[in-house]
Amino acid sequence: MIEIENVRKSFGQLEVLKGINLTVPKGEVLTVIGGSGSGKSTLLTCINGLETIDSGRIVVDGTDVHAKGTDLNKLRRKLGIVFQQFNAFPHLTVLENVTLAPRKVLGLSKAEADAIAVKQLTHVGLGDKLKVYPSRLSGGQQQRMAIARALAMSPDYMLFDEVTSALDPQLVGEVLDTLRLLASEGMTMICVTHEMKFAREVSDRVAFFHKGVMAEIAPPDELFGAPKDPDLRQFLAATH
Amino acid sequence: MFETALSWNDLAFLAQGAAMTLAVTAVSVAAGTVLGILFGVLRFQLGPYWAAPLTFVLDIFRSVPLLIQLVLGNALQSIMRLGWGPFTTSCVVLSLYTAAYCTEIVRGGIGAVPPTTRRAARSLGLTWFQDMRYIVFPLATRVSLPAWIGLTLGVMKDSALVLWLGLIELLRASQILVTRLQEPLFILIICGAIYFIISFPVARFGGYLEKRWSPND
Repeated sequence: MIEIENVRKSFGQLEVLKGINLTVPKGEVLTVIGGSGSGKSTLLTCINGLETIDSGRIVVDGTDVHAKGTDLNKLRRKLGIVFQQFNAFPHLTVLENVTLAPRKVLGLSKAEADAIAVKQLTHVGLGDKLKVYPSRLSGGQQQRMAIARALAMSPDYMLFDEVTSALDPQLVGEVLDTLRLLASEGMTMICVTHEMKFAREVSDRVAFFHKGVMAEIAPPDELFGAPKDPDLRQFLAATH
Repeated sequence: MFETALSWNDLAFLAQGAAMTLAVTAVSVAAGTVLGILFGVLRFQLGPYWAAPLTFVLDIFRSVPLLIQLVLGNALQSIMRLGWGPFTTSCVVLSLYTAAYCTEIVRGGIGAVPPTTRRAARSLGLTWFQDMRYIVFPLATRVSLPAWIGLTLGVMKDSALVLWLGLIELLRASQILVTRLQEPLFILIICGAIYFIISFPVARFGGYLEKRWSPND
């Protein structure tokens, strides 16, 4: 379970998270929507410990992410994150991109890591691209590789930060299909997205962020069907 | 008809000088590169404020002419009674000189690795050291290689200045032959050709590595 308690975060004078409270139980698919600069992406990087927080607490399976003495490298094994930019390691083949962390972080043998990587790459439809370098892949394929790379660590939670934002419209579908597949398999996911149709379709709950505040959270039918927050109504009107 | 007094023994003497040039260059570039990597990582990690003292010292080595550094280095080791010979003194000074330039090359190379790529590596649970070892260094090496090859070739030519410490390297060997045989043009052409012969493989090797890596990037 991911528990977020009154989390505040500022970059200089700009407060991007203004006291966020949120609990994500195992097995839930939570989608986070909202305008640019609303704090959605910052929340994900704070959950993963890539960004510090100013106050509050983020607890993952009983471990306080930002407490002194927390082994973040160990914690990140259970918190997979995929970013807007594909962030492929360009000097490594697709297979090596995926096997690097299992071998070096989990200490698996090459054979074990290869087996996991082949399974995950096949899972996301890249089973025929093992020996290819990322520069030879399309944006959608690179993003699916990044998803396989995170999944190869067998995480308990997956965080997706606008994973389709940098893709051409025709490549968005293949990445969303991969996320749908993961959701159908019961993976706990927090997806920051601008894809409203996707959010409505796969989410257990949808959270709307506005100016650093979680303005509304509800099941998708309720949030999209009868939005209560005026900013959410305005946001949904603008995105339709 | 062209005639010369240059004998096979003289050519062997030049070859010995070339070997000394190669030895000084190899030791200096190897030590300077190791130090340059260490200082470059420190400069990148510490940031401009905390790395200022290191930057200041390295700027001295980059700003003062190498000849002055060699003469002062030799005087210093003598004053401190270190008992270093010309070869050791030359290698120490040239290593520091190389390290000063290599530091900037390494710092630039590390800076060229996108922060988002490093963030992705750390998000997978890789430690700082693993990130440096498996992601940053391979990518920074590709960026830095042309500048490092240029530095190596430059140090090879600059190593001619160690003749002022009494070391008989290629240029000093040529000077000795010029004084004895009075055939400056011919001997200096041979000297230049030898410099080219020992430099060319280094430049080609750099080109080979760039070509080998480029299809993947």
